[in-house]
Amino acid sequence: MSTKMESRHAAAAVKRRRLSSPSKGVLCELRRHWLLYAMFVPVAVYYMIFSYIPMAGIVMAFKEFNIRDGIFGSPWVGFDNFDYFFQSGKAWLVTRNTIVYNVIFLAAYTIFSIAAAVFLSEITQKWFKKVTQTFMFLPYFISWVTVSAFVYNFLNYEYGIVSRILGYFHLSAIDIYSNTGYWYFLLPFLYVWKWVGYGSVLYLAAIVGIDQEVYEAATIDGATRFQKITKITLPLIKPTMVILILLGLGRIMRGEFDMFYQLIGNNGTLMDATDIIDTLAFRSLMGTADFGMASSVGFYQSVLTLIIILLANWIVRRYDKDQALF
Amino acid sequence: MVDRMARGKLNASPMFTAVSYTVLSIIALICLLPFIVLLSGAFSSESSVLAKGYWFWPRDFSLDAFKFIFRYPEDILSAFKVSIIITVVGTVLSLFISSMTAYVISRKEIKYRNGLSFFLFFTTLFNGGLAPYYIWVSSNLHLSNTYAVLILGPMFNVMYILILRSFIKESVPEALIESAKMDGAGDLRIFLQMVLPLIKPALASIGVFMILAYWNDWWTAMMFTNKDDLVPLQYLLYKMLSSINLTGQMAQHVTNLDTPKETFKLAMTVIATAPMIVIFPFVQRYFVTGITVGAVKG
Repeated sequence: MSTKMESRHAAAAVKRRRLSSPSKGVLCELRRHWLLYAMFVPVAVYYMIFSYIPMAGIVMAFKEFNIRDGIFGSPWVGFDNFDYFFQSGKAWLVTRNTIVYNVIFLAAYTIFSIAAAVFLSEITQKWFKKVTQTFMFLPYFISWVTVSAFVYNFLNYEYGIVSRILGYFHLSAIDIYSNTGYWYFLLPFLYVWKWVGYGSVLYLAAIVGIDQEVYEAATIDGATRFQKITKITLPLIKPTMVILILLGLGRIMRGEFDMFYQLIGNNGTLMDATDIIDTLAFRSLMGTADFGMASSVGFYQSVLTLIIILLANWIVRRYDKDQALF
Repeated sequence: MVDRMARGKLNASPMFTAVSYTVLSIIALICLLPFIVLLSGAFSSESSVLAKGYWFWPRDFSLDAFKFIFRYPEDILSAFKVSIIITVVGTVLSLFISSMTAYVISRKEIKYRNGLSFFLFFTTLFNGGLAPYYIWVSSNLHLSNTYAVLILGPMFNVMYILILRSFIKESVPEALIESAKMDGAGDLRIFLQMVLPLIKPALASIGVFMILAYWNDWWTAMMFTNKDDLVPLQYLLYKMLSSINLTGQMAQHVTNLDTPKETFKLAMTVIATAPMIVIFPFVQRYFVTGITVGAVKG
């Protein structure tokens, strides 16, 4: 009996030791699967160098940066950079623009993607479906640099097509590049133009996944086509929609830098209406070399983004656990 | 599948069918029109554009803009070279390393696989902002003006790694890997000889997105290079479009009609965009599966 007790003691001791020294467990695990861990190393090194170390560089927002001392050697200045950022009057402006544009983008993208997907699912002619989808994907394949050339084609004051068509009807041409109002419509339009092909595929996949028997039952009950869409299709793709919208809202503080920079650039007239957080950060860094401003704007954006993503994910999790990001 | 479904609903109104065809035709046309205007502008004579503006078809067909560009082709050929090098090298490296990583975090015997996944995933939730990244890469890593920065900058996308992971889990049977291990195959060999061939469709899909990301990247070049022989095509296009805008304004005072400024821009845009539009029909299938696979669950 005593031997039994002893062995049980010994087993418990071993267990305790294993629990109390996780480092040994880690080493053991690494040794057993060293090759698999070695295969992970390239990506680990990449993200250490290009993500985690720059992440630590976020302390720059609390420093008076100078090139000689580098990010970590420069002197601390507390919240001075933030005082400057918030007193510049830019903070509220770029926050508002970023949120307003992203909300419009997300709403327009969702509506048009769902509409396109619903219509695509109604098409029986295979070739028609293939051709329309092909055209809808085209914009996704080009860069915003090319899009800016398109916009110039259409909206250039002197040679643009819109000016010419207006001229044909004896209307005066619109100078789109010096008029802020048009851009609240134009930017969402271009955003949808570029993304509708992509979005319609997402929603079409959800529609295709709907059980056919539901539609057949509705047909027997004499439902019209329109009723089937509003009473069956739309309610059944709602989960997909909710998830995609929430995940989109999680990115609401991140702007489409490529788009805004290529289409508007440094156009002074449009600046106030179209300045977003990303363009402000870029301009402060590369234009005026205002490191305090650039880093405090970056800090502001990163922290807000993190909070909003966590919040969005928390809601997704409550809605449908499997769809949550983490 | 969709067709069967649409047929299942066929009891109903021809009106609705007409609406579907009409709306989709309009959307497709709006998506296509800018490309047509671009092409017809590029193949128009400069004088017709100056006199009548851009239009939906070339009103005075001319190859002058292209001839002008290829009179001094050095810049464009060099940009093509840079774009092709970074796209090919970057895509191959990124696909290989991404799928290798995906294999590791798909293996159940790896105790810390969730930790490793989160290590990757966290980088999409939080970042240090533009300023520290720029300073770190340019003045600490000294990567400015190298091919390395053009390739490494846009190299990995965590979502693609996670998509590849779920694809491996679905399409590579666990029993297959187990039996290969019984036969004494190491993980590297299993990955190279069994997993890679089995995930070819996913590699094609993710590959399309990577090619697009590299080819259309002008940002990295703008941030980190200022040497002419490192300018990729999209950045060259951007520089030409923006500097011609400037000289265009000056040219209003100094009339100089023998350089085709307006059509030149369009011809340049055609040249920079053409490669992606040419490969597009061949990769469209993979593009669609790429979107749906990613949507199922990253």
